[in-house]
Amino acid sequence: MTGCQPLLQLSGVSKTYADNTVLDALDLTIYDGEFLTLLGPSGCGKTTVLRIIAGFEKEDQGQVMLDEKDISILKAEHRPVNTVFQSYALFPHMTVYDNIAFGLIMHKVPKAEINDRVLEALRMVRLESFAQRKPHQLSGGQQQRVAIARAVVNRPRLLLLDESLSALDYKLRQEMQIELKRLQRQLNITFVYVTHDQEEALSMSDRIVVLNKGKVQQIGTPREIYETPVNLFVARFIGEINQFDGHVVRRIDEKHVEVVAEGADWVVQTDYPFVANDKVHVLLRPEDVRLTKPELASNTVHIEGHIHECNYKGKTLDSYIRLSTGTNVIASEFFDEDDPDFDYRLGQKVALQWITGWEVVLPYEQTI
Amino acid sequence: MNKQFNQFRFWAIGLATSWLALFVLVPSLMVLVTSFLTRDADFLIQYKFSLEGWKSVFDPTFIALLWDSLSMSMITAVICLAIAYPFVMCLMSLPKRWRGIVLFLLIVPFWTNSLVRIYAIQFLLGKKGLINEALQFIGLIDKPLDMLYSQFAVIFGLSYILLPFMILPIYSSMERLDFKLLDAAKDLGASASQRLMRITLPLTLPGIIAGCLMVVLPAMGMFFVADLLGGSKHALLGNVIKNQFIQTRDWPFGAALSILMILLLSFMLWLYYRATKMSNREGGINDSNF
Repeated sequence: MTGCQPLLQLSGVSKTYADNTVLDALDLTIYDGEFLTLLGPSGCGKTTVLRIIAGFEKEDQGQVMLDEKDISILKAEHRPVNTVFQSYALFPHMTVYDNIAFGLIMHKVPKAEINDRVLEALRMVRLESFAQRKPHQLSGGQQQRVAIARAVVNRPRLLLLDESLSALDYKLRQEMQIELKRLQRQLNITFVYVTHDQEEALSMSDRIVVLNKGKVQQIGTPREIYETPVNLFVARFIGEINQFDGHVVRRIDEKHVEVVAEGADWVVQTDYPFVANDKVHVLLRPEDVRLTKPELASNTVHIEGHIHECNYKGKTLDSYIRLSTGTNVIASEFFDEDDPDFDYRLGQKVALQWITGWEVVLPYEQTI
Repeated sequence: MNKQFNQFRFWAIGLATSWLALFVLVPSLMVLVTSFLTRDADFLIQYKFSLEGWKSVFDPTFIALLWDSLSMSMITAVICLAIAYPFVMCLMSLPKRWRGIVLFLLIVPFWTNSLVRIYAIQFLLGKKGLINEALQFIGLIDKPLDMLYSQFAVIFGLSYILLPFMILPIYSSMERLDFKLLDAAKDLGASASQRLMRITLPLTLPGIIAGCLMVVLPAMGMFFVADLLGGSKHALLGNVIKNQFIQTRDWPFGAALSILMILLLSFMLWLYYRATKMSNREGGINDSNF
C-alpha cells in the first residue's frame, strides 16, 4: 500500500498567528498512496498543516513540494489537491449531482466525460439513486459520502480529510472508517486524514504523525506509535498508560537495565543507553498489567496495592488500583470465562506485575 | 392569575386589532369604495356608482406616467444594488467588531428627517450648488450643469435615501453565508469570479430580492423627492396620487390609483415571499461548523 515515492514534502514550514506559533519548522514527507493521519489535541496545528497543503493558508516560512515541484506560489484553485471538510461544505443550492460535477466543470472537462465520472463517483459512494436530491434531504452519513465523492471525482494527487467523521455518531463513524479504507485502496489516492481521535487514527492509518504545539512528536505505524512511544506526550495521548517514575540501578546487558520504581526492583528492557542513577519513566499499558493475589506473587517482583474502583466495560474489566506508594494504576483485563470468580472486591489487596519487555522506558521528562 | 393574563391578552390583542381595523382597514375600504364613486366639483364625491376613476387608470398618458415612475424606482434599485453589493462584500472582509461600527455609521445620517436631507441635496445639485461651484472652480466646466429638476436628480435622491434599505438585507444574507462553501469552491478549482457567480450570488439572492423590494416599493411613493428634485416633469406614482387628491380634486381617480399601488406592492411582496420560501427550502443552512 505504501509506495516509497515521496509525493509531498513539507520542509521547515512555520506559521504564526499574531503571537501564537501554530507550526514550528515542521518537516514532513508524505508518500504516494499512503493513508497518513495527523493526530493531536485541538490547537496542535494539524488543521493548519492541512490548510497549508490545500493552499487556504500561506506558510510564513518553509517549502511545500508536490512531486518535487514547489507549490507554495500556487493558489488553492490550481493545486491538484482536494479537501473533504469537517462540515462537508456541500453547496446547499445544488443537487448532489451538481455538487459532484462542480470541480469537473471548473476544470472544463468535456460534458460527456463529466456525466460518466459523476455517475462513477456516485456509484462508488453508493448514492446513485440520490443524484437529484439536495444536500439537506440527506442524512449526515450520506452528506459525508457526497463530500468524499465531490473531492475524489477530480482524481486529486492528494485527498485531505479534515476531521471528516467527527460529526457522525459512533456506529456510523465506524462504518465510514471501513468505507474510507475501502475507497482509499480502490482509488489508490494518497489520503491525509486529520483527527484528534486516537482510536480512529490507529484503525485507519498506514502511518500516524503525532503533533503537539506545532511540532512533530513522532511519526510511525500505528503499532510503533502505540507500542513504542518516544515521549510522554505520545504515550499519554494514544491510549491510556500507567506511569511509574524511578531510576536506573545498574545495566544488566545491552538490552536490559535494573530500575527501582514504586519501591520495587524491576528488570526492564530498553534501547536507550541508560547508566546508573539516570531518572526514568516506566510506562505500562493497562492491558499489559497482570494482577494476582499477593500470596501467589510473593516469590517474584511485584508491587502491592488496593482495588479502589472497578469498571465493567463489557469486553474488559477495568480496575483502579492505589499502590502503597500512592500512585494510581489502571489495569484492564479480559474476562476469563472459565473463571467464575473473576471479579474484585473493593479494597481487596492485589499484587501487580508485568512481563519484562512489555513496558516502555523513557528518559525522565520535566513535566507537570 | 390565569384570568388576569387572559384579560391582559384580550386587551392587548383587542387594542391592536381595533387600532388596525379603525385606522388601516376602514380607511382602505373607504378608499376602495371611493374609487367606484362619481367625481363632484363641489363636494369632492357623489355617492353614485361610477367606473370613471378606473377608466382614467387605463388612460395611455397615465400608463406612461406609471411606467416612468416604475422605471425610475427600478433604476434606483439597480443603482443601490450596484453600490450595496460590493460594499457588503468589502464589509465582510472586515473583522466582525468593525462591521457593526461601519453599519452604525451608515445608519446615523438616517436619524435626520429625510425631507431635510432632500433639501440638502437640492443645495448640492443646484445651479449655484456645491458640485457646480467646485467643478467651475477647478475649471472642468464653464457654465453650471443643469442637474436639479431632472430625472437624474430624482434618482440620485431616491438612491441616497434608500441605499441602507438595500445594504441591510444583503448584509444579513451575506452574514448567513457559510464561508466554508467558498473555501470548498476554491478547493474544487473555482476562480474568484466563478465563486461569486456560482456560490455567493445564488446564496445571497434572497437578500438581493428583499433589498430590491425595499427600495422599489417606497421609491414609488416618495412624492416629496420628486417634488423637490424633479420639479413638475418627473413624477412618481405617489405624486400623481397626491395631486389627484389635493390639486385636481379627482378623488375617485386618486383612490383607484391608491388601490392599484397597493395591489402592485402586494404582488411584489408575494413574489418576495415565494422567492425566500424557495431559497429557504433549497438552501439548507449549514451550521455544523464548530
